[in-house]
Amino acid sequence: MRRGPWLWTAGLAAYVFLYLPLTIVVAYSFNDSRLNAEWVGFTWHWYRELFQDQDMLNAAGNSLLIATLSSLSATLFGTMAGLAIHRYNFKLLNFLVLAPVAMPEILLGVSLLLFFIQVLNLTLGMLSIVLAHITFSIGFVAVIVRAQLTSIDESLFEAARDLGATPWKTFRYVTLPLILPAVIAGGLMAFTLSIDDFVVTFFTAGVGVQTLPLRIYSMIKIAVTPEVNAVSTLLMLLTLGMIVLASRFAPDVLKGKI
Amino acid sequence: MNDGRKQSHATRLTRWLVGGPPLLFLLLLVAVPGAIMVLASFRYPGEFGGLAPLFADAQTLHGVTTETYRFFFSDFIYTEVFLKSFGMALATTLICLVMAYPLAMLIARSPKRNRNLMMLLVILPFTSNFLIGIYAWMIILGPQAALNHAINALLGAFGAAPVQLLFSPFAVLIVMVYVYLPFMVLPLYTNLEKHDPLLLDAAQDLGANAWQRFWRVTFPLSRPGIFAGCALVFIPAIGMFLVPELVGGTGDIMIGNLIKEQFLATRDWPFGSTLAILLTLAVLLVLWIVAKLSARGGRYA
Repeated sequence: MRRGPWLWTAGLAAYVFLYLPLTIVVAYSFNDSRLNAEWVGFTWHWYRELFQDQDMLNAAGNSLLIATLSSLSATLFGTMAGLAIHRYNFKLLNFLVLAPVAMPEILLGVSLLLFFIQVLNLTLGMLSIVLAHITFSIGFVAVIVRAQLTSIDESLFEAARDLGATPWKTFRYVTLPLILPAVIAGGLMAFTLSIDDFVVTFFTAGVGVQTLPLRIYSMIKIAVTPEVNAVSTLLMLLTLGMIVLASRFAPDVLKGKI
Repeated sequence: MNDGRKQSHATRLTRWLVGGPPLLFLLLLVAVPGAIMVLASFRYPGEFGGLAPLFADAQTLHGVTTETYRFFFSDFIYTEVFLKSFGMALATTLICLVMAYPLAMLIARSPKRNRNLMMLLVILPFTSNFLIGIYAWMIILGPQAALNHAINALLGAFGAAPVQLLFSPFAVLIVMVYVYLPFMVLPLYTNLEKHDPLLLDAAQDLGANAWQRFWRVTFPLSRPGIFAGCALVFIPAIGMFLVPELVGGTGDIMIGNLIKEQFLATRDWPFGSTLAILLTLAVLLVLWIVAKLSARGGRYA
């Protein structure tokens, strides 16, 4: 089709714009220099440093725990929400599922901060972070599950019903197997979102608990050290793996993210 | 008959069994906190930060005030930050549109087997943490980096004073564009992919040149994609606080920075809530305008 030279140039320029910065971060994570200014030589030093940094390891542990707990809960709630919105045309639920995703993240962060402290009288920490992450992840799972449901032929459910299956049996033996790839993809998406989240975590973490993004934030606020390059590279690899895995389960999962 | 009624009763029950738990969770963690923020914006700040207790004494009426809203409009500084944030988000949106359009067009017009990979390549950098993207630009635009040296050498050759790239509005803009570009590409691509190539052939047969084919055929048809992309970029962009904080100068703060300041540093929660409510209203206004515009564009689509 029509792809003139100007289209190629502009398109490729956009790709370079997207990838150059990340390439620099990855490259400098192997650079044998304290300054992120020029290439000196190859080293694993920053990665070794990373694995000896107890604060960083704690933050990574917290991030993994939070992501596991929140993605499991969000997968359950999100699947239920997707089903309810698709099957029963649940308007209020549809609105509540999309609202936290459609608004700027900072609004969810500060309103949850207010709620946790002023109403629940909760000490900010792991619990508040997990609750906050479930809140914004439900929507992504629900959208992916719902998209899958709309692609399923309704007559399958009717057939199950005509054959005398109870609603539970229909769900267990017809619906669930059909939506399972979307459920898994949604869960992986929720895990990635949780691991990567900065804004909402920033407002709901309090002072005691650090996650990887919070740790990266406090490091780049103070000084730029090559350790940040190394942890960023690892975090990118993790996200990349998750996304590729999720897109194998549901090819449209990436559209679901937006 | 009886069976039908039982059926609908059972349906209603399963509806609540399936939808109830997520509904309850989201009511508690989205609707209630939202309502509390509205309430909080009409409250006095507490003695030690936070909010004044709601039922401290019998005279609860004293607890409600519109002072924070009056305070907002009493000092032009706050309105100015809002206007500047609007400008920055708008500039980000327009630059994203100009950069994303050719990219989305290129992908949409590539052979089908390549499209998914090309889209994946657009989305991957955006799924990585945006802190990393910001950090990468801090390296690129940094005073020791080659780019800044080169620009200053060039400026020096023309006898101009050297400039600092980092901690400037320019840095904020370029990083915002970087962070949100994929948001624009996605809806544009989804729209452009659906265009029938025969339309362009027809236009060509009727004597339209390349520019006319774009301006009279492709562009009007892509309006829904443009509006969706603009909303997807503008809305998160106007609430951004991290980019101005990390790569902007002191004069480049946005609404998000004000809100963060009120909640975490000054701890004037009523005023912070007021700012958050005003941001929400601004976002809703933009959404409304976009919906109006795209409804009008729908006739041409």
